[in-house]
Amino acid sequence: MSDHHHKETFITKYVFSTDHKMISKQYLVTGIFMGIIGVFMSMLFRLQIAWPEQSFSIIEAFLGRHQDGGVMSPDIYLAIVTIHGTIMVFFVLTAGLSGTFSNLLIPLQIGARDMASGFLNMVSYWLFFLSSVIMVCSLFVEAGPASAGWTIYPPLSALPQAIPGSGLGMTLWLISMAIFIASSLLGSLNYIVTVLNLRTVGMKMTRLPLTIWAFFITAIIGVVSFPVLLSAALLLIFDRSFGTSFYLSDIFIQGEVLHYQGGSPVLFEHLFWFLGHPEVYIVLLPALGITSEIISTNSRKPIFGYRAMIGSIIAIAFLSTIVWGHHMFVSGMNPFLGSVFTFTTLLIAIPSAVKAFNYITTLWKGNLQMNPAMLFSIGLVSTFISGGLTGLVLGDSALDINVHDTYFVVAHFHLVMGVSAIYGMFAGVYHWFPKMFGRMMNKTLGYWHFWITAVAAYGVFFPMHFIGLAGLPRRYYSNTAFPLFDDVADVNVVITMFALLGGAAQIIFLANFFISIYKGKKAEQNPWKSNTLEWTTPVEHIHGNWPGELPTVHRWAYDYSKPGHDDDFVTQITPLKEGEEES
Amino acid sequence: MTALLYVLLAVVIAVAIWQIASIFNLKGVIATEKDNNTQGILFALFGIFFYGLMIFSFVKYSSLLLPDSASLEGEKYDTLYLITMLLILVVQAITQFLLFYFAFKYRGIKGRKALFYADSHKLETIWTVVPAIVLAGLVLYGLTVWNDVMDSSDAENPLIIEVYAKQFQWEARYAGNDNELGLANVRNIQGINTMGVDMTDKNALDDIPTRELHLPKGRKVIFKFRSQDVLHSAYMPHFRAQMNCVPGMVTEFAFTPSMTTEEMRANEKTITKVEGINKIRAEKGEDPYEFDYLLLCNKICGASHYNMQMKIIVEEEAQFNAWLASQKTMAQVVQ
Repeated sequence: MSDHHHKETFITKYVFSTDHKMISKQYLVTGIFMGIIGVFMSMLFRLQIAWPEQSFSIIEAFLGRHQDGGVMSPDIYLAIVTIHGTIMVFFVLTAGLSGTFSNLLIPLQIGARDMASGFLNMVSYWLFFLSSVIMVCSLFVEAGPASAGWTIYPPLSALPQAIPGSGLGMTLWLISMAIFIASSLLGSLNYIVTVLNLRTVGMKMTRLPLTIWAFFITAIIGVVSFPVLLSAALLLIFDRSFGTSFYLSDIFIQGEVLHYQGGSPVLFEHLFWFLGHPEVYIVLLPALGITSEIISTNSRKPIFGYRAMIGSIIAIAFLSTIVWGHHMFVSGMNPFLGSVFTFTTLLIAIPSAVKAFNYITTLWKGNLQMNPAMLFSIGLVSTFISGGLTGLVLGDSALDINVHDTYFVVAHFHLVMGVSAIYGMFAGVYHWFPKMFGRMMNKTLGYWHFWITAVAAYGVFFPMHFIGLAGLPRRYYSNTAFPLFDDVADVNVVITMFALLGGAAQIIFLANFFISIYKGKKAEQNPWKSNTLEWTTPVEHIHGNWPGELPTVHRWAYDYSKPGHDDDFVTQITPLKEGEEES
Repeated sequence: MTALLYVLLAVVIAVAIWQIASIFNLKGVIATEKDNNTQGILFALFGIFFYGLMIFSFVKYSSLLLPDSASLEGEKYDTLYLITMLLILVVQAITQFLLFYFAFKYRGIKGRKALFYADSHKLETIWTVVPAIVLAGLVLYGLTVWNDVMDSSDAENPLIIEVYAKQFQWEARYAGNDNELGLANVRNIQGINTMGVDMTDKNALDDIPTRELHLPKGRKVIFKFRSQDVLHSAYMPHFRAQMNCVPGMVTEFAFTPSMTTEEMRANEKTITKVEGINKIRAEKGEDPYEFDYLLLCNKICGASHYNMQMKIIVEEEAQFNAWLASQKTMAQVVQ
């Protein structure tokens, strides 16, 4: 490890690297690539939703046999919706977000030379890469990719007779996800072990930056809940291929009775959401951690209520594992269970409210440095509140009855976890780009990127609540079968336009990102005048992170504008002055 | 609309290209005092956009919302919904205002030092305890409504109807004179017996299969849901009712219709909504639409998921009884 002079070949440096900084870049670039696919798919189905009967040459060009004269088929519509969800939730916002920033920041911010196991870390990335490849390949199978929704509820996902995507497409989906889960578990175990064991001298748990707390707790949730999804997927594979009846019973399809007896799809729903709900926080907590760090740094103020922030992360993580039933209020589950899940679900609002108020208080009387990362972080707080509040409707079993599975849900979760988490990811990229690539991203492009995205995101998801409240179910290929919904057609056009605008704005980001890697201004060592340890390492990456000895930590990460210091920041390696109290 | 879209796209692409080109001369990477100022003001403007969008949406899109509830249980639902929504809007308005206002007010100035303010037990206690109290109220109220809606054990002389889902169609079966549904299983599906009713069960003989749902006003209806193939969800938005249909399992939901179809058609909100719809239909040269209650599928179930519906007609009890008497029983249908 400490030997930074050993020779590296192209393969060991750029491909099978065990260096956490390179692995983090690999995660990011793969995540961005998957993100392009996921976002592009949403553009395609938004076209269909807004103009159901119109022909589009772009659809003709991309969907091959799954379209007719530029109009997509209902099956492929469901397939695109399914893969959009899968890619965005797992490949972009789980692996892309957590994989990138946990890998980059855990060793750098706790003062470690690398992850506890560089080899496992490398395996974790390559499993993720493999699962991405399989997921992308599944787009090209003859009957189309998995199309039962990203929640893949059986029997729809189990029976190719029910929907063509449940044939080979679904098999590949399951294989891809199984590998993905293995990758995620290896990564998470590594993060946990590294945070617990490799902190440098003086880096007490109570001095860890909130980013690390968020990544640490996220990894724990992942380890607790992902295996359950794996088992759910395995049982589904058994039902599909080996004739077992875990989830299936009493089915008559295409003129014949199937042999399945005694299983229940509700069992699958329980297993799925036991991961599925914590997954929301696996996506969101790292984004909140990143935001805590960026808001504090750019406000030139300590994060307000550091201990309360840690407490709320832990509380959210704990509660997240006992609320899954709120996705199943109308599944046929016993109504008493519904009551219990309502109670636990609404409890989550308390730590969430604490976080939101603490962010706002951190801004109060700050000296806000409006870097692009800061804009995205403030944007995150806004969408987190907007999306989180409607959770009070959905988490309340009584109210959920009539909005369940409508566009109201789509609007809610896109704001609270989709947009918020992607803002967190963007914020992280703008903020730590100099650490990753040794160059800076262009701020003007960053500003354009943020403002167009922010207007587009609210333009898409705010009106969407209303079409949900009008009773419009999600996952409808077209609303033309119901004159009742004729009046939401105009709203859908508006939403699609904002969606296209938002999608187009990401081109600005992509250009800024890729050009800056090569042409960006060379970074200084500590461009944002930040306190955390990663800014004490040299700009040029070296194996082992610090050239000499590991730094010693003397204080928490948030001594910004501390009275008694000339600068408005005091790095964690600065010893306490005589008589100075630790915050 | 499409033209506007293309214009918007063209603008974005033009801006993108112009900005990308400028990246080579503009090497600005860290926010200056001028940036802080501009971006702070933009946050204030964004706040105005945000509230504008909220108000615009409420004014413009309120006519889209579902009309008054057509069931007694739904009325409780609507009150709970209204209270929750008001609470949400108040919190939303205040917190977002603070967020955008602070972003504007405290935009960075060179030389100014931020306030070192890391903790306040008092403040934190306030915003832990206040949400906790409000939520406790909300949970208690919500659960009262939930228990009212979900518990139909004390209903007097309820009407029992089976709603049967399959790709991509709904069917129904009324329990008949004995008000008890006969046993059924998909293994009995044969010919005209499409719901797999067990004809050896004596309760089954007087059951009445239909393709349309008629409901009597003022009488509690207990629905028993079954599915023959994949998950479906029986969604009756006007009654604030929804329950999944699960293969291999019977699920249940109950409500008391409180407005006949005719009454709902004469409801002010329905009239406004239908007028709006018919204006759009007239522009497209389509026949005018008349309001009807609907049962829709609300769980992804396959290619024609988007067109899986059944008409619901609510009528006065006498009319309903006359209709039911005119329908054939299972015994008559199968023979």
